[in-house]
Amino acid sequence: MHKENTGDAPSAHTPRVRHHRKRNTDVVAGAGKPNGSHLLVNDSSKYKSFLVRAYSTVWMIGGFALIVYLGHLYITAMVVVIQIFMARELFNLLRKTHEDKQLPGFRLLNWHFFFTAMLFVYGRILSQRLVNTVTPDKVLYRLVTSLIKYHMAICYSLYISGFVWFILTLKKKMYKYQFSQYAWTHMILIVVFTQSSFTVANIFEGIFWFLLPASLIVINDIFAYICGFFFGRTPLIKLSPKKTWEGFIGASITTMISAFLLADIMGRFLWLTCPREDLSTGWLQCDPGPLFKQETHALPGWISNWLPWKEIYVLPVQWHALCLGLFASIIAPFGGFFASGFKRAFKVKDFGDSIPGHGGITDRMDCQMVMAVFAYIYHQSFVVPESLSVDKLLDQIITNLTLEEQQALFMKLGQVLQEKVIGS
Amino acid sequence: MEKDLNQNSPRIRKIRDNSYPPNTPTSRMNNNNQRDNHPNSPRDYNYSPSSPTARLRWRNRSNEIPAEVKRGNASNVRNLLLGDKNKYRSMWIRTCSSLWMLGGVFFIIYMGHLYIWAMVVGIQIFMAKELFFLLRRAHEERRLPGFRLLNWHFFFTAMLFVYGRILQQQLVNTVSSDRFIYKLVSGLIKYQMVICYFLYIAGFMWFILTLKKKMYKYQFGQYAWTHMILIVVFTQSSFTVANIFEGIFWFLLPAALIAMNDVAAYFFGFYFGKTPLIKLSPKKTWEGFIGASVATTISAFLFANVLGQFQWLTCPRKDLSTGWLHCDPGPLFRPEYYPLPTWIASFSPWKAISILPVQWHAFSLGLFASVIAPFGGFFASGFKRAFKIKDFGDSIPGHGGFTDRMDCQMVMAIFAYIYIQSFIVHQDYSVEMILDHISRSLGHEEQKMLYAKLGDILRHKLQGGF
Repeated sequence: MHKENTGDAPSAHTPRVRHHRKRNTDVVAGAGKPNGSHLLVNDSSKYKSFLVRAYSTVWMIGGFALIVYLGHLYITAMVVVIQIFMARELFNLLRKTHEDKQLPGFRLLNWHFFFTAMLFVYGRILSQRLVNTVTPDKVLYRLVTSLIKYHMAICYSLYISGFVWFILTLKKKMYKYQFSQYAWTHMILIVVFTQSSFTVANIFEGIFWFLLPASLIVINDIFAYICGFFFGRTPLIKLSPKKTWEGFIGASITTMISAFLLADIMGRFLWLTCPREDLSTGWLQCDPGPLFKQETHALPGWISNWLPWKEIYVLPVQWHALCLGLFASIIAPFGGFFASGFKRAFKVKDFGDSIPGHGGITDRMDCQMVMAVFAYIYHQSFVVPESLSVDKLLDQIITNLTLEEQQALFMKLGQVLQEKVIGS
Repeated sequence: MEKDLNQNSPRIRKIRDNSYPPNTPTSRMNNNNQRDNHPNSPRDYNYSPSSPTARLRWRNRSNEIPAEVKRGNASNVRNLLLGDKNKYRSMWIRTCSSLWMLGGVFFIIYMGHLYIWAMVVGIQIFMAKELFFLLRRAHEERRLPGFRLLNWHFFFTAMLFVYGRILQQQLVNTVSSDRFIYKLVSGLIKYQMVICYFLYIAGFMWFILTLKKKMYKYQFGQYAWTHMILIVVFTQSSFTVANIFEGIFWFLLPAALIAMNDVAAYFFGFYFGKTPLIKLSPKKTWEGFIGASVATTISAFLFANVLGQFQWLTCPRKDLSTGWLHCDPGPLFRPEYYPLPTWIASFSPWKAISILPVQWHAFSLGLFASVIAPFGGFFASGFKRAFKIKDFGDSIPGHGGFTDRMDCQMVMAIFAYIYIQSFIVHQDYSVEMILDHISRSLGHEEQKMLYAKLGDILRHKLQGGF
């Protein structure tokens, strides 16, 4: 009986564990053919491609680890580069070369919208940090704060000029193609930028909040494959015929356990847990906050009888990690299903061919996208204690008053509060 | 003029088709085609039925007459009277519905911010319904069970998300009195993003679980179009609502300018129109465009003066009450007096003119309304040609659907919101004002929190500098 549970071959892995999983995929794919006699033949010719894949995987992992070591700014740069490649793949996907020849400048329009979206999204996320970086320099500070104040207006004018340009270049008999491309461009930009902007926002809250979700997705894929390989029997969904219920459930349990453990390991490094307040690249020192301080829980009597430890140390963040793990195992795979369905719908084998041995970058990032958005929303709602009006006012103060005015406000507010305390 | 009583003559049939019922898309398309057939006659400047707003329906009445004149000129004048008689009825219908709409709008403005908001939401629901229906009509034979429900699920999620964000502040201010409800509401607001996200993810998963073999492409296309529709409809309506709560002035002025631009463009094109403007809308002319721009900017200046005198229109609404508003409208709406130069002052009775500073802002709004907002109309025309649709719907008798009326308004609403947020709202910040704002809107605990956070930021900045 051929049990196969490969994670969808063109989807959802990050570079980290490319080598042994893909190798196994190929072996199983060979085994999946109805004649087992092909196995050896396939194996011998597959080793070469395994080597190629393993090689590229090792390089990707090494590069990724190096970038995490280098810091927030470099990770952001990596995210931006990945985003550019994804956008390029997706733009090219539904383009028809015949029509495109008759529309010079249409590709440029796509990149114009891309640039506008990049300015808008990263301007919003990084504006506070940019301001913090240039605070010492008077001239730059003034320039940056005024740019931020008119940020929305600038992005809007860019968008409107793209809109007007689009309308002025509408050609008779090509209306439908052009409108479809326009809609498609918007959808691509929304998909690509939502998740990458949330990823970058997570990074600046602390590399932990970027690394943990990404690792969980990878672990989920690996264990889904392994569990499916050993126990897989009942198919899961028609969209991806190689996935099984056993793989799914086994992976869920394993992911949650490993979320708990990974959070413990990662939470001990200040480099990963401290937020970055500006755009510098130096080492970080901070007080990571109550989430990352160990709490001791005494084990209940009946467990402590047979274990040498009397109590366990738990970082409060590990409970949050459990939720992230739950989401990563149950809902994030739907990102992979969506991508599979999409490729079937538009009869595309892979989104691109940037990575040798795998598909394009979008193939790798589909589950990651869903996870990044969830991680951001979870973080903003449950991890960060937030008070809306205070933050909004603080934003207004920072963007609209000069440093001297802010200090004057600070002193006056202090006086007012003291008077209230004394008076009440 | 004899009446041609032969009911079967093509001309009579065409005229009859054009008159009854007056609101089918085909009749209007015929009119347009016929006008296109006479390139040598003086062009009448007429926006295709997609852009005029509800406000000035009598314009269409004038549109019909030139068409009749041209057709009459082409062959003979005998049928003019008969055509006119049939046309008057449809014009009458249009005028009636326009007057009703105009009256309704005025009434709602009188009632206040909350009712205007409800009207905007109502228009939005109708627009979404039209566009969703449009999408479905194109592929009627492949309708999937439950897909309509999915569209409305996403619509509801978007509504919750968008209005939740806008109303956060207003809601908190409204229910501050009761501690329990305050806690409930602020809890809901805090988790609003999570709630909306989970609703969206539920819809996403539902979509994936209902994918049917061999219908993947159709379903994905529908999914994408649903997103585009919701984005288009909700962006502009949410910005409109945000404008309304800044002050009805900021909703009324842009809408009026769009209407003004349409009317003026029609008249200038009618009298002076010669050079065609753009291939997408063959009936527009450069003369109409330029004349309308001038007229719109001038009337923007004047409208702002007229509208800015009413406190009901200029005061922002801080909570969700419906009572009368009293406020200090701010420096933008206080008249400044400029003495007229002596050579004018000698022959006019006024010695100084009073200008509200907001009138200068109205210039920019007028400029945008005349130059860029018509592109919304071009976009809608192009879209309808691309997908071979006559009109977006037929909700309004005598005109198309809601989307046909709202296309230019949408572009304008977004611009107005961004303009207000960038150039108007932040103009008058001072330390005293912010201090006052803090003491008014934050509780004691929150003030202390703000104080601590501000202290952290300032300390960090000062340390960073040395």
